[in-house]
Amino acid sequence: MSDCCATATIEIAPTPRVAGKIQTVALVGPPNSGKSTLFNRLTGLRQKVANYPGVTVEQHYGKLSGVGRGDLTLIDLPGIYSLNTSSEDARVAVDVLHGRMPGAPVPDAVLLVLDSLHLQRQLMLAAPILALGLPTLVLLNMSDLMETRGGEVDTLALARELGVPVAKISAARGTGLDSIRHFLDKKSEPVTVKPRLELPVMGNPRSYRQWATGISTRTKYKAPLSSEWTRKIDSVLLGRITGPLLFLAVVFGVFQIVFSVGLPVSNAFQTVLTGAGSKVGLLLGNGWLESLLIDGVWKGVSSVLVFLPQILLLFLFVGVLEDSGYLARAALIADRVMRAIGLNGKAFIPLLSAYACAVPAIMATRTIENKRDRFATILVAPFMTCSARLPIYMLMIAAFIPNKPLLGSFFGLQAAVMLSLYVLGFLAALATARLLKSSILKASSAPFILELPQYRVPTVRSLSLRLIDRGKVFVKQAGTVILCVTLVLWVLSHIPFHADLPQSIIGHVGQWIEPIIKPLGFNWKIGIGLLSSVIAREVIVGTLGTLYGADPATQSLSLQAALRHDLTLGGAMALVVFFAFAMQCTSTLAIVKRETNSWRWPALQFAYMSVLAYIAALATNVLISHFF
Amino acid sequence: MSLKALSELKIGHTATVEELKLPDEVQHHLMHMGFTPEALVLAVRRAPTGDPTVYAVDGMEVALRRETARWISVREFEEGSR
Repeated sequence: MSDCCATATIEIAPTPRVAGKIQTVALVGPPNSGKSTLFNRLTGLRQKVANYPGVTVEQHYGKLSGVGRGDLTLIDLPGIYSLNTSSEDARVAVDVLHGRMPGAPVPDAVLLVLDSLHLQRQLMLAAPILALGLPTLVLLNMSDLMETRGGEVDTLALARELGVPVAKISAARGTGLDSIRHFLDKKSEPVTVKPRLELPVMGNPRSYRQWATGISTRTKYKAPLSSEWTRKIDSVLLGRITGPLLFLAVVFGVFQIVFSVGLPVSNAFQTVLTGAGSKVGLLLGNGWLESLLIDGVWKGVSSVLVFLPQILLLFLFVGVLEDSGYLARAALIADRVMRAIGLNGKAFIPLLSAYACAVPAIMATRTIENKRDRFATILVAPFMTCSARLPIYMLMIAAFIPNKPLLGSFFGLQAAVMLSLYVLGFLAALATARLLKSSILKASSAPFILELPQYRVPTVRSLSLRLIDRGKVFVKQAGTVILCVTLVLWVLSHIPFHADLPQSIIGHVGQWIEPIIKPLGFNWKIGIGLLSSVIAREVIVGTLGTLYGADPATQSLSLQAALRHDLTLGGAMALVVFFAFAMQCTSTLAIVKRETNSWRWPALQFAYMSVLAYIAALATNVLISHFF
Repeated sequence: MSLKALSELKIGHTATVEELKLPDEVQHHLMHMGFTPEALVLAVRRAPTGDPTVYAVDGMEVALRRETARWISVREFEEGSR
């Protein structure tokens, strides 16, 4: 779906400054210190929270709710290790903190979130942050975990050492948040760097380290025992034999559940939606209004809504993998393979998310420090089979492929075709990455530095926030863009009035492009579907529903039966192959433009993918027509 | 005590970081991850594919490829000590 999964960035206009009062608070901390969890706690807004270093790549804004004054703006910054690193995450954070980020409010206070499980190392970030001279509250997050694992720290001594208040919190459990309220309710004092505070030489990690070690010794910091659990789990999940097996099992399991559990649920949902539509249709009588609302709007929107259960299932899986910490292990296992195509294990996470949607995947590539590796990942991500392709895949497979069992009743022909479409997209991505890395994006590979977080049990709260967020965006998409497209199409296919579909405006456009797409085995209705799906892939199903619904010849048939009536097997398979390769997603193009800061890349991507799609669809049609 | 590349450190063995001979940017990043001179490093395990290797440094586990780890020189204690 086009921008189905654009992260929930809430734009809030900067509040006018009131002297002496804190207006804007920045949330700063190293990657994976729990900033995003705290941000969600404090604002009640939904935002991507993941147990994987570097997932937050955008700065997010939110008004405080429940804690502190409601008029305060909180900015969630990307995780950073220092103010002096090369990654774009760090650049964004530094620009916001220095008030150099255009359009972002200038922070006048800082909440520094540190993971108390690794306090000694995390304290290194305190030095450059305190040197900014903004009022700062240091939050020792995950203090509950630290204490249960036998860790200790004297917060009062730490506050004396740093010259700023320090509080223990647990963002996941919501404890210790009162300290934030007290800090924010106080009037901001004129800022003076405390005379007692001795900061290390700026920009030198070694001196930061000595400074941090000194402080942690003087504040009697005792690091907690590292989780035996994590090591024990890793000895299985990263085991020489068990590791790759479980990795494959996880990938396979995700597909199996999305399709074997998701599909029946979607079908049941479809029955409900169609039933509701025809009930309302009866009430409306048999006029043009009934036709507009039921054949036009409802058919179009519900044919996309049907996929909600499956999309939610997929996001649930990706969410559990991310939040549990397994995704970082997957990157470790995948590194060897990714390296073979010139990318690194970190590209695996974005590419895996691209199976849900290319938009968040492309945004997540900011954690790849090497610019050329990053661009290569951005350019191949749209080849991964995103969930917006599922509607048309499932429709065509259900309509044209008999469900013959192949490996018992567990794995049938339909599943095999679906799996091969996934493989096709994946292979196209690999080949393209190879091509890019050996031509225009040739570069020495970036060092692969991957932090392995401790395993955590994903919280129901974080998972459900994520699902609600994604579900909402998807429904909004179906309810707005797709509604508009189906409405326009209904009108275009009913003007002139009382004309048959081939004589309507849309019929003419479709017939005009038919010669171009005829070699692929497509008719003019598919042509219109292709035109409308340039906005977003899933739109085609709604369009076809509307077109076949408006055609008297196929009006009484189900969409599947109507397609069988109208297309050959070769044309149908050419269509899904076309969708496997083509770049039909305006949101992805827009995000690529933003991330690469030039129209050159999305233009190249669109041209390359379209040509590839046309050739592959042509080959598919010719081959299938020849053999079957 | 012997000086060697971090990539040569056997699994289960501990050493102290001596020197990083990497481009500034990389070195900077690694130092912030805990790979500073005199820091204790334990080679925890190799990835199932043999590379990268997971190192425990400063209570954190970080994976590095051999091509990166070979530019970090370490001083190892006696055989098998932790």
